[in-house]
Amino acid sequence: MESMNQNLKMTARDVSVFYGEKKAIDAVSIDVPLEDVTAFIGPSGCGKSTFLRTLNRMNDTISIARVEGRIELDGEDIYAPSMDVVQLRARVGMVFQKPNPFPKSIYENVAYGPRIHGLAATKADMDQVVEQSLRRAGLWDEVKDRLSDSGTALSGGQQQRLCIARAIAVDPEVILMDEPCSALDPIATAKIEELIHELRGRYAIVIVTHNMQQAARVSQRTAFFHLGSLVEYGETSEIFTNPRQERTKDYITGRYG
Amino acid sequence: MGTTEHTVKAFDEDIGELRGLISEMGGRAEAAIVAAMDALVKSDTRAAGRIVSEDARIDDLEAQVERLAVRIIALRAPMADDLREVVAAIKIAGVIERIGDYAKNIAKRVPLIESRRTIEPISLLPAMANTATEMVHDVLNAFAARNAQGALDVVERDKVVDDFYNSIFRTLVTFMMENPKTIGEAAHLLFVAKNLERVGDHATNVAEMVYYAATGEYLADRERGGED
Repeated sequence: MESMNQNLKMTARDVSVFYGEKKAIDAVSIDVPLEDVTAFIGPSGCGKSTFLRTLNRMNDTISIARVEGRIELDGEDIYAPSMDVVQLRARVGMVFQKPNPFPKSIYENVAYGPRIHGLAATKADMDQVVEQSLRRAGLWDEVKDRLSDSGTALSGGQQQRLCIARAIAVDPEVILMDEPCSALDPIATAKIEELIHELRGRYAIVIVTHNMQQAARVSQRTAFFHLGSLVEYGETSEIFTNPRQERTKDYITGRYG
Repeated sequence: MGTTEHTVKAFDEDIGELRGLISEMGGRAEAAIVAAMDALVKSDTRAAGRIVSEDARIDDLEAQVERLAVRIIALRAPMADDLREVVAAIKIAGVIERIGDYAKNIAKRVPLIESRRTIEPISLLPAMANTATEMVHDVLNAFAARNAQGALDVVERDKVVDDFYNSIFRTLVTFMMENPKTIGEAAHLLFVAKNLERVGDHATNVAEMVYYAATGEYLADRERGGED
């Protein structure tokens, strides 16, 4: 892997994940830069989502899952006993495949996180956090006149942007997106991709996607996973025009299997 | 490289069709150069006229390559070596079209050269033409096989064509100085030699595209003798 003259937000070194006896991830080392969008691609079952979930310890919720190796956020071991997992997940937010707004108002969906983390002292502060988060998520103009409507009444694409606003509201440093567009139509997908482009630089973004064109469109760095291993990681433009590994080439050109 | 099939078989068919079009174009351009030289040597103006009119077919093929390549990019979203091959195909088709134009240009000179038999260098031109057209032939085989080494071999041979050109140039200039009456014909032959030299350069350019398509690396800054 070529060296990167960038601010590294997260680093993983020799990370392996086991589900019981089964090894799902085998000694993956990767750097997540602050400035770039990093895409994880690979066939189903390659471990890309499993690995993504190690970055904010979502695998902790699975009792048989075990993580080895070291993952750092700003140089701090996120698996250290002293790490507050709730705090970690505020710093490393996550957006899921299917939009999952709470069955509450649009306002409450965004305000929930800042409230439990004590990020807004007054109603005015909270109003401002909600507006700023919805603006950054590119949803404000569409919902500003109906903030008390239920979040679940929005369209799929709007719901997903609401979930992004919810993640943004707690002022994270990293946003993990696990196939954020797979349930959306092409227009809603384009809006999310444009949003990712706008959020770039403010947050380190890691996106898992099955859609290689999407990885090519939104990311600056791409990692190809196969059978639990990181096969190749490099600049997106290089990966898609001149991959170094035969397995990467076979996958992205549609010759896989 | 590129030996395994795509999961989507129609993609392989499209790529095969593209290679077929390039191959047909190359075959026609190569044959046109050989035929133009033959017409020149035999002073066969009817054959020369046929070569001029058949150039339209090569132009047609170029348009077909472009349409197919655009369709492949739009419908198949090719990546990596596939993408490089499709882009190379568009560029190669443009170059072959130019080679066809050179054949046409040579054929157009056939009726204009009256006393060619009295000019000795004409005997060198067919050999030069053979070397140049073999380069075209071999580089297109290298393209179809994604063979980087084959492309490199063609690049090496451009020097032979350049040597031919320099030798013919000197001889023709000597001829013109010794016998000013030959200047008209000799000048036409000089253009023929120049056209053949350009065919060699074009084959070299194609070789660079083939090398890039096959390897993803640029054969950049490689010295090409005779480039003007």
